[in-house]
Amino acid sequence: MGAEVVIEGLTKSFGKQAIWRDVTLTLPPGEVSVMLGPSGTGKSVFLKSMIGLLKPDRGKCVINGVDIVTCSERKLYETRKLFGVLFQDGALFGSMNLYDNVAFPLREHTKKSEAEIRRIVLEKLEMTGLSGAEKKLPGEISGGMRKRAGLARALVLDPEIILCDEPDSGLDPVRTAYLSQLLIDLNAQIDATILIVTHNINLARTVPDNIGMLFRKELVMFGPREVLLTSNEPVVEQFLNGRRLGPIGMSEEKDQAQMALEQAYADAGHHDGSTEDLRGVVPQLQPTPGLPERQGARRRKDRVMRILHTLPPAAQEGIIESLTLQERRHYGVGMHSLVGAQRGQLPAQDVADLPGSGWQEPASSQSPATRPMRPPHDQGRP
Amino acid sequence: MSSGASTARIPGLGMLRETGKLFALGLDVARGIFQRPFQLREFIQQSWFIASVTILPTALVAIPFGAVISLQFGSLARQLGAQSYTGAGSVLATVQQASPLVTALLVAGAGGSAICADIGARKIREEIDAMEVLGVSVVQRLVVPRVLACMLVALLLNGMVSVIGVLGGYFFNVVLQDGTPGAYLASFSALAQLSDLWVGELKALIFGFIAAVVAAHRGLNPPPGPKGVGDAVNQSVVITFLLLFVVNFVITLIYLQLVPAKLD
Repeated sequence: MGAEVVIEGLTKSFGKQAIWRDVTLTLPPGEVSVMLGPSGTGKSVFLKSMIGLLKPDRGKCVINGVDIVTCSERKLYETRKLFGVLFQDGALFGSMNLYDNVAFPLREHTKKSEAEIRRIVLEKLEMTGLSGAEKKLPGEISGGMRKRAGLARALVLDPEIILCDEPDSGLDPVRTAYLSQLLIDLNAQIDATILIVTHNINLARTVPDNIGMLFRKELVMFGPREVLLTSNEPVVEQFLNGRRLGPIGMSEEKDQAQMALEQAYADAGHHDGSTEDLRGVVPQLQPTPGLPERQGARRRKDRVMRILHTLPPAAQEGIIESLTLQERRHYGVGMHSLVGAQRGQLPAQDVADLPGSGWQEPASSQSPATRPMRPPHDQGRP
Repeated sequence: MSSGASTARIPGLGMLRETGKLFALGLDVARGIFQRPFQLREFIQQSWFIASVTILPTALVAIPFGAVISLQFGSLARQLGAQSYTGAGSVLATVQQASPLVTALLVAGAGGSAICADIGARKIREEIDAMEVLGVSVVQRLVVPRVLACMLVALLLNGMVSVIGVLGGYFFNVVLQDGTPGAYLASFSALAQLSDLWVGELKALIFGFIAAVVAAHRGLNPPPGPKGVGDAVNQSVVITFLLLFVVNFVITLIYLQLVPAKLD
């Protein structure tokens, strides 16, 4: 299982300029998370702070009990071996060919024989669609190939945590889709915790389990994907739909006058740059058929159902809608029961009810529930 | 955080901070030399590279350098009526001062600038970060082999420069100034002693260390952007030169205090 990353009150500034302050979030083990945010909100800085390349001013970043911010150098290098990081440009070593680049972590950290290294490297290169290019130098290949080679190198040590800095930048939509699928498949295979930093809306809508957003030097929100995808927060709405209308400006923030002016233009019929409202929960990307089920997705389902009552109604509905009939029965929830599809007070047993202790081990969840459940509530079902 | 921001404005503090970082890197390198695994391959490659870019220019500089010292000292000695000491003087000056400095200037100028540019380019292309993230210490993997290579090459070059310098001095003194070959050679041991050679080699070793550490430090912390790398190379050469002369002064001072001059 992937490692859990707990970040508490992380604050970073360069000189007097604050980048973000008091970022607190937890990357649940084995789940895929996305960090959104307009350009220049310090998303890359956030990634680099997580792996100790930059030193935050305050806060903690705890991985397997090791606080990256304050730990000793030896511990830091040890902990970094858990990470696989994909940099924006791939960050390949320019003096080595692709094969040596991908083999580098194996040669540095393992005592594997050259034959074994060869097998692993060729496997990862094939996985990223680079078979036959192993003799090429990074300078001789396209940006997309460099990116995929960077990913191959990040994967050779079977990392527990994978960080991707804008995996889609410089890639065409088709390759981005393949890359998204690759990340999900990887997650299904090695159950690694994945954090993707991006501003690709399509990727953010379909790939992750959790989404966070950085804006105005703060973490606007971080939580299950349904929460952000159904959010009414103006920033989130503007960002998801790619509109000019809203709090995000060309430079990071907008003043009131500019906002009013743009609103006036929009009211007068000037196009605001968006196409349609992209909010709403869309089906999540699933692993390629034949691969094992994602353990992270299962754990997440339990986790989310446990905190369901704390989520906004729209998100609750989205979550329940995405459950199968069986699951709804298992968790004892029904559609629309939470968002006022029914008038008046709900009967006590119809309110979303969360099994407490009986639903812990995902492995045993296939068997019939071990404790008596309330009668299934499904009158709202179509 | 706020205290950091306000103290940054005190003049000279930025310089102190950089100096501190330079020393910290120097200590890290010194520690890294004894850490396993040793990067033998990188060390050999770098030694070869630095030697290949410095041997020819150093030899070409050494000849006129030895000649100038010899000519200057020869004419001075003649005015004072001490012709028989011409050889001694020029050997002393060449072995103790000129040769380590010439070596260091060329190791810094040719080798150090190449090291700085190489590391700086890797830094801005995020290769350094990538290496750190892969759990590989950059100091251990890249800087230590380069520092050792610089030290080794400086040591060996110093020997070469000493020989070429003395030969050049001999040629100019004997052929152009009509000196006596026998007297020139005989006076070698009149003033110079073996410890002069040792201190020359020690200086070369230290200068090689300084040149490589400064180059690596500037390369690892370049100003932003591709132009920053150029600036970093420039700074590294200038800083190294400044440091070399100061350190040379200090070592010479200590040496002259500790080792009594040969009198016979």
